[in-house]
Amino acid sequence: MILGIDVGGTHTDAVLLKDYEVERKAKVRTNPEDLLSSLLEATSIIFDGPDPKELKRVVLSTTLSTNAIVQNKIRPVGMIIASGPGLPPSLLPFHEDTYHLSAYMNHRGFEVVPINEDEVKAAVEVFRKKGIEHLGVVGKFCTRNPSHELEVARIVHGQFKHVSLGHTLSGRLNFRRRIATTYLNAAVSSLYRRFALSVMNFVRDMGVLAPVYVLKADGGTIGIEESIQFPCQTILSGPAASIMGVLCLARGDSDAVALDIGGTTTDIAVFADGVPLLEGFGVRIGGWKTLIRGLRTKSIGVGGDSRVRWQDQGFLIGPEREGDAAALGGPYPTPTDAMVWLGLAEIGDRKKAGEALGNVAKEAGLTVDEAARQIFSATLKKITAAVKEFIDEINNEPVYTIHELLEGRKVRPVNLYLVGGPAQVMAAPLGEMLGLKPYILPHAEVANAIGAALARTTTELTLIADTEKRALNIAEEGETEYIPPRYRVADVIKLGKEKIRQRALKMGAQEGELEIEVVEEQEFNMVRGFDTVGKNIRVKLQIKPGLIAGCKSIIGVR
Amino acid sequence: MKKDKPRRTGLIFFPAFDWAIAPDHPEREERLLYTQDQVFEEGLLDFDHILEFKPKIATEEDVKRVHICVPEVKQVVTESHLISAGGAITAAEKVLSGEVDNAFALVRPPGHHAMRVVHGARGFCNINIEAIMIEYIRRKYGHKRIAIVDTDCHHGDGTQDIYWHDPDTLFISIHQDGRTLYPGSGFVDEFGGPNALGATINIPLPPRTSDEGFLYVLKRVVLPILEEFKPEIVINSAGQDNHYTDPITNMRFSAQGYALLNDMLSPDIAVLEGGYSIEHALPYVNVGIILAMAGLDYSGIREPDYDPNALRQSPEITAYIETLAEAVYRKWEERRSIKDRGHIVNGYIKRRKRIYYDTDGIVEFQEESVRVCDDCGGLVLIDSRADTGHHIYAICVPGRSCAACRAEGEYIFESTPKYKYNYVYFQDRERDVFLVK
Repeated sequence: MILGIDVGGTHTDAVLLKDYEVERKAKVRTNPEDLLSSLLEATSIIFDGPDPKELKRVVLSTTLSTNAIVQNKIRPVGMIIASGPGLPPSLLPFHEDTYHLSAYMNHRGFEVVPINEDEVKAAVEVFRKKGIEHLGVVGKFCTRNPSHELEVARIVHGQFKHVSLGHTLSGRLNFRRRIATTYLNAAVSSLYRRFALSVMNFVRDMGVLAPVYVLKADGGTIGIEESIQFPCQTILSGPAASIMGVLCLARGDSDAVALDIGGTTTDIAVFADGVPLLEGFGVRIGGWKTLIRGLRTKSIGVGGDSRVRWQDQGFLIGPEREGDAAALGGPYPTPTDAMVWLGLAEIGDRKKAGEALGNVAKEAGLTVDEAARQIFSATLKKITAAVKEFIDEINNEPVYTIHELLEGRKVRPVNLYLVGGPAQVMAAPLGEMLGLKPYILPHAEVANAIGAALARTTTELTLIADTEKRALNIAEEGETEYIPPRYRVADVIKLGKEKIRQRALKMGAQEGELEIEVVEEQEFNMVRGFDTVGKNIRVKLQIKPGLIAGCKSIIGVR
Repeated sequence: MKKDKPRRTGLIFFPAFDWAIAPDHPEREERLLYTQDQVFEEGLLDFDHILEFKPKIATEEDVKRVHICVPEVKQVVTESHLISAGGAITAAEKVLSGEVDNAFALVRPPGHHAMRVVHGARGFCNINIEAIMIEYIRRKYGHKRIAIVDTDCHHGDGTQDIYWHDPDTLFISIHQDGRTLYPGSGFVDEFGGPNALGATINIPLPPRTSDEGFLYVLKRVVLPILEEFKPEIVINSAGQDNHYTDPITNMRFSAQGYALLNDMLSPDIAVLEGGYSIEHALPYVNVGIILAMAGLDYSGIREPDYDPNALRQSPEITAYIETLAEAVYRKWEERRSIKDRGHIVNGYIKRRKRIYYDTDGIVEFQEESVRVCDDCGGLVLIDSRADTGHHIYAICVPGRSCAACRAEGEYIFESTPKYKYNYVYFQDRERDVFLVK
């Protein structure tokens, strides 16, 4: 048995899966002041009968970190930054409580200016005087050589509640995003730690012996204990859970589009060969651009409750929601009202829907029938246009080799998966307009919890071998190893596969689900003067988002 | 510190990580690797006003509008060249459509040594990506006045050759003196063809010129000439081999200098040309150019080993450059009073050229005649023979051509007997026609 729980902003959903079938499900309102009480409420419905001791696995997705960041309920953080020449501090994303060191590395990870211990101590002094308990340390090109960050960590050891080091959070290059990511990680660390520890206690008190995981933004899981050091990875796990839910419910390995049509927004996700697409660099949250690996989604301000206006000879749908649909007592006409009036949906009071539609119909000089038809069609058109634009965006992403430019993989969806209130009504016409085969998914109301329950552990690893330096660097692990001069790309991949396996197992992965993928492999001759002095080899590996081993044919579309 | 004034800047980044002339050639896969690292690490693509675009692929027609490829386009051009030229075209499209204020095509392979007739590769170049871009612009957006400022350390002899007779294209090349560096041309007296005197300007700088000298000629010569020429579009042919660490040149320009130059010149479009200090110069120079073009503060751009004292130019060099600048500018001012356009025979002026294709080891002998014309750039006739065995004849009708030059060109193409040459080409930029017989 597997338990999946999604603690969302409004609802907390839980499902109990047995042999990969939904055995029980629960939906309760989330108490934002006390998430644990919502957990308790949902689980007590689920375990009214079944024995928690039989659980093999528990997965939780939570909006805790997301909400803390978006609502700015985070702790002050001191930042120690080693940037060297380049963008001035005024163009970096974070300014308060920041101390710039004179130390820096170059792009190949060679130290240009070493750490001056006095500078670090001066920064610590200032931060401690201000009562700052959380620290972030970020160096430009620390992913090429983490030694400066590690040295700062050594110097400040024991003087802060939490220290986040930039290179441990992502192996990707992007100093500005790394600063934002490290800051956010440190800022939510205490809050998250408290929550994670209380969940662990709560689960133990329930008598659960199985491992407990939390869901990350990339739709993969991480062991809850491991996650305490990397709380920023758990942000935006709600949307990730929803996409993984679609993946569970609509098993298929084709290119597809998933639409979650809600009241306020429609969220679009895209699958290539049945695998959800990831953001190129990382997700955005609360105005921050980060290096947090996350699923790529696009959200548009069109939903069942979007306000409808007559403007410039056409109906404007959204982007804002001003309350419920008029049929349910809301103030303005909405797409839902149009569907109710046209007899496509039976919600609320058709008369009220008609009254609200009457107002805009009059403005437009149309009958209510005609206005409702046009509103419904404008809603579909807006969603269709956004889907097409999103796919174009994905297919027009820059590439850097001739091979990719000429023969690069294009996403060409064939299926359309829909969840959300208006899905039933919109499926057929949207499918027709997009030229896709529509599917409405079952259990959609708890798709998030199902997605969390069945998501496997994901991770990535970035390796650079520089045979002139005789060094191989593993960015995320902060490790540097000696390599012989004849090292080749195949050697790096072989070593990388072993390293990522160990990393995934440490994060709580099971042996059977370690599908390792080589995302990038490049080997460059390094020529200086007229001699080849070595090779610069770059390898990126990942375990991509997917479902846990054993769960091949589940719930599925029926 | 410079005040930020953000501009929307387009970036077409195409490092062609899977293409090299040869594994240990300077023009190799690794060339833009560290530039990519630096641009990515600085997070430049995250600024909302710096937009990255994928290059389109230039077509054969785009190439034929500029070049006479012998025997045909496919034989001298690979996909990599078409993508590089396509990258430049994409940059132009984004600027001319108003999507961005300016754009930088950070692409390879380069193109400024490719001349009008192409028998092979010279100076690492097969086709002239700026010229292909310019003629694309004119085809699509009308015949515009365009200025190219070539800041590559090597004389842009290819671009000079293509626009030698075009009074509507101002070509200014700032480079290391041809007596000390490939390709050995680009002297002050190379001043444009008989119908386009003053539309070619050469500023050969002495070895060991530093930031001071470059910025001096920019201020005293380049900017005033641009002011008078009044181009609708300014293009920087942005070679980066004036850098003090470049392995195949002898100058002392810095990343900060490159950023300043681009800020002052404020080009609409910049296109990467040469630059082979791939680890110690390119990452910093390119970040500097992008920041300057985007109107962001570039004062923090500096190479790790930058030492302004060690790079200072000598007083002798400063004095030499001052005299040179004076001479170049005076010549420009007097361009309209130059009476002697050359030796005219039957209404044509001839020049003979021996062109060496160093990259491919080909020698070409060329006789080029231009019809002396006061109404357009003049009909150009080219007889070219290369040691590959090809002997060709080309008739080139210029853009915005006059009726007389067109009629004569059409007549000559009709009446030139095919048996005398391997191929006879007719290129009409005005009507975008390219014929072969």
